[in-house]
Amino acid sequence: MKEITLIEAVNQALMYEMARDENVVVLGEDVGVNGGVFRATVGLSEKFGPERVIDTPLSEALISGMSVGMSVQGLKPVAEFQFMGFTYPGFDQIINHASRMRNRTRGRLSCPIVYRAPYGAGIHAPEHHSESTEALYSHIPGLRVVIPSSPARAYGLLLAAIRDPDPVVFLEPKRIYRLFKQQVPDTGEALPLDQCFVLREGKDITLVTWGAMIHETMQVAEKLEEEGIEAEIIDVATIKPIDMDTILNSVHKTGRCVIIHEAARNCGVGAEIAAQIAEKGLMSLLAPVQRVSGYDIVVPLLQLEKYYMPSVERILGHVHHIMEYA
Amino acid sequence: MGKALSGIKTRNYLDKSGKALGKIPKFAEDRSTLKDLYRLMNLIRIFDKKVVSLQRTGKMGTFATSLGQEGVSVGIGHALQKDDIFVPYYRDQGILYQRRVKLIEIMQYWGGDERGSRYVYNREDLPISIPIATQLVHAVGVAYAVKLRKQERAVLSTCGDGGTSEGDFYIALNGAGTWNLPLVFVINNNQWAISVPRAIQTKADTLAQKAVAAGIDSIQVDGNDVIAVRQVVSEALAKARSGGGPTLIEALTYRLGDHTTADDASRYVDKSDLDKAWALEPIIRLQSYLTKKRILSKKEEKQILETCKEEVDQAVAEYLALSPQPPEAIFDYQYANMPSALQEQKDELNYSLHPY
Ligand SMILES: Cc1ncc(C[n+]2csc(CCOP(=O)(O)OP(=O)(O)O)c2C)c(N)n1
Ligand SMILES: [Mg+2]
Repeated sequence: MKEITLIEAVNQALMYEMARDENVVVLGEDVGVNGGVFRATVGLSEKFGPERVIDTPLSEALISGMSVGMSVQGLKPVAEFQFMGFTYPGFDQIINHASRMRNRTRGRLSCPIVYRAPYGAGIHAPEHHSESTEALYSHIPGLRVVIPSSPARAYGLLLAAIRDPDPVVFLEPKRIYRLFKQQVPDTGEALPLDQCFVLREGKDITLVTWGAMIHETMQVAEKLEEEGIEAEIIDVATIKPIDMDTILNSVHKTGRCVIIHEAARNCGVGAEIAAQIAEKGLMSLLAPVQRVSGYDIVVPLLQLEKYYMPSVERILGHVHHIMEYA
Repeated sequence: MGKALSGIKTRNYLDKSGKALGKIPKFAEDRSTLKDLYRLMNLIRIFDKKVVSLQRTGKMGTFATSLGQEGVSVGIGHALQKDDIFVPYYRDQGILYQRRVKLIEIMQYWGGDERGSRYVYNREDLPISIPIATQLVHAVGVAYAVKLRKQERAVLSTCGDGGTSEGDFYIALNGAGTWNLPLVFVINNNQWAISVPRAIQTKADTLAQKAVAAGIDSIQVDGNDVIAVRQVVSEALAKARSGGGPTLIEALTYRLGDHTTADDASRYVDKSDLDKAWALEPIIRLQSYLTKKRILSKKEEKQILETCKEEVDQAVAEYLALSPQPPEAIFDYQYANMPSALQEQKDELNYSLHPY
């Protein structure tokens, strides 16, 4: 079987689900003839036609708002925003309508929409192309926020997101779009949306992360192994609603936790996880919970962006710090 | 396409072959001005090409050239006066240069160095705006401030054809009309928004007619006729400065290159359409006129190209010799007064860089 990249896995999932369910439509800027600026929708227009693979006028408010209308009619829109930084003109419709329709109508209408957007820094992109604002969406009741970190999880989670009866913000870590390949059987099998994935088991420390930061975190675990420290790595994957059970079980076992995310620290998703550990797992802790994150600054342009990103060294520094607690 | 709205006029002075269609505007009677426009369009084309080659060799980030659209940006830049205020989008190097933004600053911005938006001379202009059409709304506020202070200045803001589909575009037109602001919008209609052709943006026959609903004047101009762009924009700016209110200008041109260095237009642009568009491009157009009128000799032309090339090479050499900002600069401009929590993060970075 051919190995594929994360972005190809997104494409494979879209292909599968469009063929399986004629209600699935794809819409966005440049998704048709061009196959998407990152090539996520390549081949879809040829296969399913321009009526189901819709090149929209350049308007995110149109994309997000018309998805609301389509979805209440029973279509399943998979809307692409070109970059996370350009979801904001569509914010209003997501926050004020997509997330609330089920509640407002006491379940009569609902919005099974997937809002896809590439997110994150580290690809030397221009200004506004490097945001990680998953916390904004995670704050909103009624939304799910899902972030895959491998080709297989991109495939399985995207299928799950499309089949989910509620709106899902599906954020794709573009830094690892093409970083590595995996075999991803095209079986149409979805992954669970409400579960973290334990990527590596260990008894000494819990490293909680998601998206592209999985990559650095894995490297950290390898270094720690050389030092005789066994790290457990949890890929949160579904950021909202978050599967705290898996995280708490792990922290209960290890007594130590470092949360790693690329987004700015203040009110980031790491804060939510740390708060829940404080609420429900405090007595298991041997050391304070640490966050390693982007700084609370605008993501720098490309020359200095590497100083913004949580590096292997920075993560290791925090791990060493809390390993010193007896 | 929808019905053409009557009353939207299209202005040009040179026909496709570079022959004057009638009386040319007064400013264009000055030979040195025409030569200057010719030089500026060439300078921008040479600059763009050079920046792309820097990008290809890893010395530059993503960059958007204005290949084929130099008539639009050079014409606008030439029409603006020093005291006017410019609110750009990202394909405006021909304007930025004439606002005295240095070539090196333009390269710094696209090369990923925030210092490229410091603008040493044109202190009141806004920096390049990448989120589509957002800048147009800022221009409304800038123009409101100018009007409030009863200054005789105009504000000009640009966007692309795709940009006219964003809510912000309509919001800006409406606001400009509401307060009759000294504001000129120019659409660089290069027929493409990345891969999406102009026809998919709107059923409206012209983009200029979108001004009608906002109650403001609008006009189309042949964007490949730099004389026409210069003239139409000048008129609109003069009107704005003297209290006559806002104007929307749709400049018709064609994007002869890729959308940016991250794009491959051969995937979606028809080769024959591209060939047709090349025949209409603005530099040849003006050159034919200047040659016919014996304003520009072969020798002068060669000289112009050489000086442009020298200027660009010089700027590139300076750009390549620049040292990056110190890493801790990423913290220094978030707030006027550094919050203590942020200072802690800055210290953390500094410590990680210089632990001893
Ligand atoms: C709000 C927003 N959405 C999407 C993008 C991504 N994007 C960058 S340029 C572009 C096309 C713009 O086309 P047009 O307005 O015609 O300007 P042109 O680039 O052709 O000059 C798109 C979709 C963006 N920068 N901002
Ligand atoms: Mg365009």
